[in-house]
Amino acid sequence: MALIEARDVEIGFGGPPILSGVNVDIEAGEIFAILGGSGCGKSTLLRHLIGLQAPQAGTIRVQGEDPAVARQDAPPFGVMFQSGALFGSLTLTQNVALPLEEWSTLDADSIATVAAARLALVGLDGFENHLPAEISGGMKKRAGIARALALEPDILFLDEPSAGLDPVTSVELDELLLKLNANLGVTIVLVTHELDSLFKIAKRCVMLDRDAAGAIASGDPRALRDDSTDHRVHRFFNRQSSGAAPA
Amino acid sequence: MSSDTLRVERETLADGSVQLRLAGELRLDASHDLRARLDALRPDPAAPLQIDLSELENLDGAGAALLHAYAHACEDSGARPRISGARDGVATILELYEPRGKRPCERPPPQRLSTVEHVGNTSWELWLRTRDALDFLGNFALACLAALRRPRSVHWADLGKLCERVGADAVPIVALIAFLIGLVTAFQSAETFKQYGANIFVADMVGLSMTRVMGPLMMAILVAGRSGAGFAAELGTMKVSEEIDALRTLGLDPLSFLVIPRVVALVLMVPLLTLLADLLGIVGGLLIGMSVLDLTLTSFLNRLSLALDLWDVGTGLILSVAYGVAIGVIACERGLATSGGAVGVGRNTTSAVVTILFNLVLITSVLTILFQMWGI
Repeated sequence: MALIEARDVEIGFGGPPILSGVNVDIEAGEIFAILGGSGCGKSTLLRHLIGLQAPQAGTIRVQGEDPAVARQDAPPFGVMFQSGALFGSLTLTQNVALPLEEWSTLDADSIATVAAARLALVGLDGFENHLPAEISGGMKKRAGIARALALEPDILFLDEPSAGLDPVTSVELDELLLKLNANLGVTIVLVTHELDSLFKIAKRCVMLDRDAAGAIASGDPRALRDDSTDHRVHRFFNRQSSGAAPA
Repeated sequence: MSSDTLRVERETLADGSVQLRLAGELRLDASHDLRARLDALRPDPAAPLQIDLSELENLDGAGAALLHAYAHACEDSGARPRISGARDGVATILELYEPRGKRPCERPPPQRLSTVEHVGNTSWELWLRTRDALDFLGNFALACLAALRRPRSVHWADLGKLCERVGADAVPIVALIAFLIGLVTAFQSAETFKQYGANIFVADMVGLSMTRVMGPLMMAILVAGRSGAGFAAELGTMKVSEEIDALRTLGLDPLSFLVIPRVVALVLMVPLLTLLADLLGIVGGLLIGMSVLDLTLTSFLNRLSLALDLWDVGTGLILSVAYGVAIGVIACERGLATSGGAVGVGRNTTSAVVTILFNLVLITSVLTILFQMWGI
């Protein structure tokens, strides 16, 4: 059984489904990407995988459990939202410390130490006592990752982690994710548009399409780029406009 | 996973240094007593320390961070700690969390202010707020003048929807509250009127109180809570999500685009809601008059027509126009002054409602005195 399983998932908001017949199997220790053009439902699928929304039909299982049920105890996975979703009234340290205070047995000093180390890990050392409103968008994303890592999750869900980051920070973030995956065995599921980052870190992916209202391809992103005969996949990976003739 | 997944053994080496050998797993849920366990094995904190990780099979980020912090603390006590023997996977995590080269924190954690500092800060903020509010008022007045000269400069397209939000959507709650206020006012005084045989004067009391002050003020408080808070939160959210900046970059003035339509909607709708409140408040009083004080509909209405003149309703409407302006201007000013994300939106929305309520009472006091002086 895969670590994360989606079977015949149909997603919608009352009207016609925006995604249907989606099947995803993500194995433990994988770095898996959800791809697709804007508005195809990537982030929506992610929200379903983490149990924030329930599918209209089909089943989703994370570590064999319904994610909405699994989240009611100590969160089994960390999530970084697109804009960081930091709590505005708390400093960065307090944001990262919050899940530790709630779910770990560490004392206050140890929590502060771990929170500071998480922030240093994502390059935010020096900004421990800043409020989210005082830092840039890229820094908020990194702080969001630090918070997602707080409880040493086995699975990390990241919504567009590299978008809006400068190239150096983006490469550093890719390297960090690779290290977390290789050394801590963290399974990483990310939504991304950034092809460079995708080819560097993702081992497998699923590609969604708005017109098809579902998945149109899955597999190794490099293989899809080089071998796919589907013109939509080809256009995506080769950055071609929809008016361009298929190669 | 329990804390006994980590085993620690102590050995004193030939050179007098202490070696602590960590074995098993050092993970987040086994790290809570790490420092105490290691300290307990080191009676002399200044003795040279070696931390041997050759038998440590598993280490996570929290364990690594706490181990580094422990080594750092030992360094401060002169123990010159050395971490050695880590296996490949453990060494990588250890290196990942290595604090060497870590930038120092740029600012101290937020401190609790002393009373004096708090009073000073609050006074200074109050002064800045007053200055900004006056600045806003000046700009609003200029924008109004510009709108009079060039009415097309205002975004009137939203006015209908805003009137619906402020006025039509509020009708059910306004009707219910006004009716109950009239009812309760009459009911509370009914016993006293009965004792003096002055039952008929309930019409005077309900009529005058509802039309002159109670109706307009209660409706203004209701609109402040509904629409004032709504506008402040809406504009505040737009401000923190840079929508206001986007308007400016598109060459649109937030005052003409957002503020004037909202103030106009309030100025149009609050008097209408007030009239409705006057009417339903009186109906509430009438109900008590007929059911508790044995009045007839005709006697109540006859007395009401004697007690009320047009100026009683007129003064209430003048008040309601002033209330509408105050609610709109203050709510929009507070909204546009928002900074600091969701917390800022909450703070400024609260501030808007409190400031509006204070100003409603202020306006009531000033205008009531003026009406007295003018004999209306």
